[in-house]
Amino acid sequence: MTPMPFRLRLIRRDGASRRAALLAPLAALLAAGLVNFLLYIAMGKDPAAVFYAMLVEPFVSWSSFSEVLLKMTPLLLIAEGLAVGFRAKVINIGAEGQFILGAIFAASIPVWFPQATGGWIWPLMLLLGGMGGALWATVPAFWRVRLNASEILVTLMMSLIAAQLLNYLLVGPWKDPMGFNFPQSVMFQNDAILPTLIPGTRVNVALILAFVWAGLIYLYMQKSFQGYQLLVGGLAPHATAYAGFSEGRAVWLSLLIGGFAAGLAGAAEVAGPLGQLQRSVSSGYGYTAIIVAYLGGLHPIGIIFSSLLIAALNIGGDNAMVSADLPKAAVEVFQGSLLVFYLAAITLVRFRIRWRPPQEVRA
Amino acid sequence: MPAPLLTLRGLGKSYGSVRANHAIDLEVAEGSIHAILGENGAGKSTLMKLIYGVESPDAGEILWRGAPLRVTSPAEARRAGIGMVFQHFSLFETLTVVENISLVVPGAKADLAGRIRTLGQTFGLDVDPQAYVHALSVGERQRVEIIRCLMTDPRLLILDEPTSVLPPQSVERLFQTLQRLKEGGVSILFISHKLDEVRAICDRATILRAGTVVDNVDPRGHDAHALARMMIGHAMPEMAHARSLTPGEVLLQVDRLNHRPDDPFAMALADMSFDVRAGEVLGLAGVSGNGQAELTRLISGEWTLPRADAGRVQMMGRPVGDRGAADRRELGFAFVPEERLGRGAVPDMSLADNSLLTAHRLGLVRKGLIDRTREAAFTRRCIEDFDVRTPGPEAEAGALSGGNLQKFIVGRELMLGPRLLFVAQPTWGVDIGAATAIRRRLVELRNQGCAILVISEEIEELFEICDRVMVIREGRLSPSLRIAETDVQEVGRYMVGTRGDAGEGDGAARA
Repeated sequence: MTPMPFRLRLIRRDGASRRAALLAPLAALLAAGLVNFLLYIAMGKDPAAVFYAMLVEPFVSWSSFSEVLLKMTPLLLIAEGLAVGFRAKVINIGAEGQFILGAIFAASIPVWFPQATGGWIWPLMLLLGGMGGALWATVPAFWRVRLNASEILVTLMMSLIAAQLLNYLLVGPWKDPMGFNFPQSVMFQNDAILPTLIPGTRVNVALILAFVWAGLIYLYMQKSFQGYQLLVGGLAPHATAYAGFSEGRAVWLSLLIGGFAAGLAGAAEVAGPLGQLQRSVSSGYGYTAIIVAYLGGLHPIGIIFSSLLIAALNIGGDNAMVSADLPKAAVEVFQGSLLVFYLAAITLVRFRIRWRPPQEVRA
Repeated sequence: MPAPLLTLRGLGKSYGSVRANHAIDLEVAEGSIHAILGENGAGKSTLMKLIYGVESPDAGEILWRGAPLRVTSPAEARRAGIGMVFQHFSLFETLTVVENISLVVPGAKADLAGRIRTLGQTFGLDVDPQAYVHALSVGERQRVEIIRCLMTDPRLLILDEPTSVLPPQSVERLFQTLQRLKEGGVSILFISHKLDEVRAICDRATILRAGTVVDNVDPRGHDAHALARMMIGHAMPEMAHARSLTPGEVLLQVDRLNHRPDDPFAMALADMSFDVRAGEVLGLAGVSGNGQAELTRLISGEWTLPRADAGRVQMMGRPVGDRGAADRRELGFAFVPEERLGRGAVPDMSLADNSLLTAHRLGLVRKGLIDRTREAAFTRRCIEDFDVRTPGPEAEAGALSGGNLQKFIVGRELMLGPRLLFVAQPTWGVDIGAATAIRRRLVELRNQGCAILVISEEIEELFEICDRVMVIREGRLSPSLRIAETDVQEVGRYMVGTRGDAGEGDGAARA
């Protein structure tokens, strides 16, 4: 057996320092910036223009920053809900489907009662949306608890079903009769639209709701006994059984909370910027939120920052496509590399690398 | 005078700020059985890992027959002529003996099987090369591990607490094997904290305390008390067992319990019956893997029985067989499990949060929210009362040594004020001082009228604290034996199944 030329080994650190954990996202951003800088030069683009469009422009003008806040809202809502489940090791990757169901449930009021008026309509729509998302999550919860079916697979498959259900409604019973055969519902009446928060922008009350939701999740995970039980389930499943905490209840709670949050976000989307039910209601929020949750360290506060960052990168990416003539793929490379560097950085927070040069036995 | 086989000079190893080994000097002569004696946490295992190349030392040097040796991996150690049998075996249960050995030793299986038989005859290590490992007893598995080491023809064999998993009769047999190996020219490093066996077979003993060598003696020239004093640095605390109270009402009754697990390698339980009364300690002895794990889960409530069988397990007079752990705890049941990390405690959580695991019923949670002040107060009281060595309630459970964590878990469960306490392996991997403290607490609790069930592999421990013992073997129980009327030999005979009705003759039928 010849020794390998060198060996890299990951060694667990004695304790992960809090400061390093906070610096990790920053380091990742710098590293991703450097790599993409080289990429843009290789592509013959002006890196300064690209970075300006991507990282600065979203924050300099109020109109583009308001779009960032608008995009941040569903990401924040969903990611906070998913993080609860992720920390309990209940991996719900079907927020996309739960989001769509929320949108459908919320849309039922303006679709069925287009003439209805009153200030109660949008709050009821949000509530219905949350319930719709939670309802969709009961299916994976039931099968997981009853038959131990993997919630990862079931939630994912339920998303595909949700997309087809939406299709069916939009080409069938819920199609706008005056809509030139486009697969979309009627435009919602005014009372079915969320009140705008800042005049002249599309930012609406859902943003406040998302922050309140983040606060509630913080309280739930850090202070409540139920949240504690979920954490124990995620960290040491055998300790859950030992203490007599119900594993089934943990699965139900995780999926219901995640589903409710995604449904709420779906409702806020149709009753917010869209104003009608469309095929493209989600544009992948349910999946992006998974990245947001992990980038935020699954921590309720961290997720506020990661949702803002990802939303800004989305808007910035759109800007860069327009103003710096960057292809869409290059924008996605930036986001992807950011996640990869973050995962590497967070690993280095917990582990250190030991490099061992080859050594011979001197016997 | 020839150079010693192995010489250590000033060997040191630190983990962060913890000095596991410091300035260790050691000489192992050719053809000797050399004991490394020390409490848990004294640095024995670290030292063996340095010699076997699992870890590399920060300081000092290793000499092999007088020449410097640098081992950076177990493979290099094996090539140099050092073999090691770990405490926890690394065998694949679904493979046969010869298949397991062929994974690390090159050669055709037929040749290997022949060599296994030859080695077995030479050193008294009989084992059928074609047998599946899952069908072997613990003693036989250990023989397979030793044979696997001997295949590479080592000059030095390291055995890490080899007797801790064996019943008394198998220990005898292991000692004969070690004697024969010594006569065959193999030196043995024998790690242990059991003084009697070290005195029985070892020529030299090096005593470690807190990572340094405190003495180097001929163990046959010292009595067990003197060796213990060297190990722990002061005289052994005495155990006072207030003999036999009049037992009170039955608080745990197990009535003709049968259980057939889904896992084909788990042990089925057959027709188990026993009860534990207030003010008595019942011990269940036996080599692990004979149904202890299954019985433990059925009593703790981690596994439940169908409703029709609810009466098979009764606590405080109520049928609980179909009830989960939380319901049983509500009745005044407390439980210290065998695995501390990951079951009895969450390694990544603070001690304070680990208090909450079972002590949440003591008012640490109000209106669904955790009362951090009370949580911290409870934890501090536990740390003080049970002498847990830790910086404080905020320390992570995973950072505590095995003994300290066990003191914390035992403390937490005792502070619940149980009427019925179940402890599995109370002092496994716990140093002598802590073990004595834990045993004393259990006896105190019994004297206050608590019913206590203890599962342990250490017969001496059971004789120290129990009023009665039963032996569990192949999923069956022996008759109840009063400690005052039995001895270690009788219990040992039930453990290996050469006496009475504990699994008599049905071993072959099961396989």
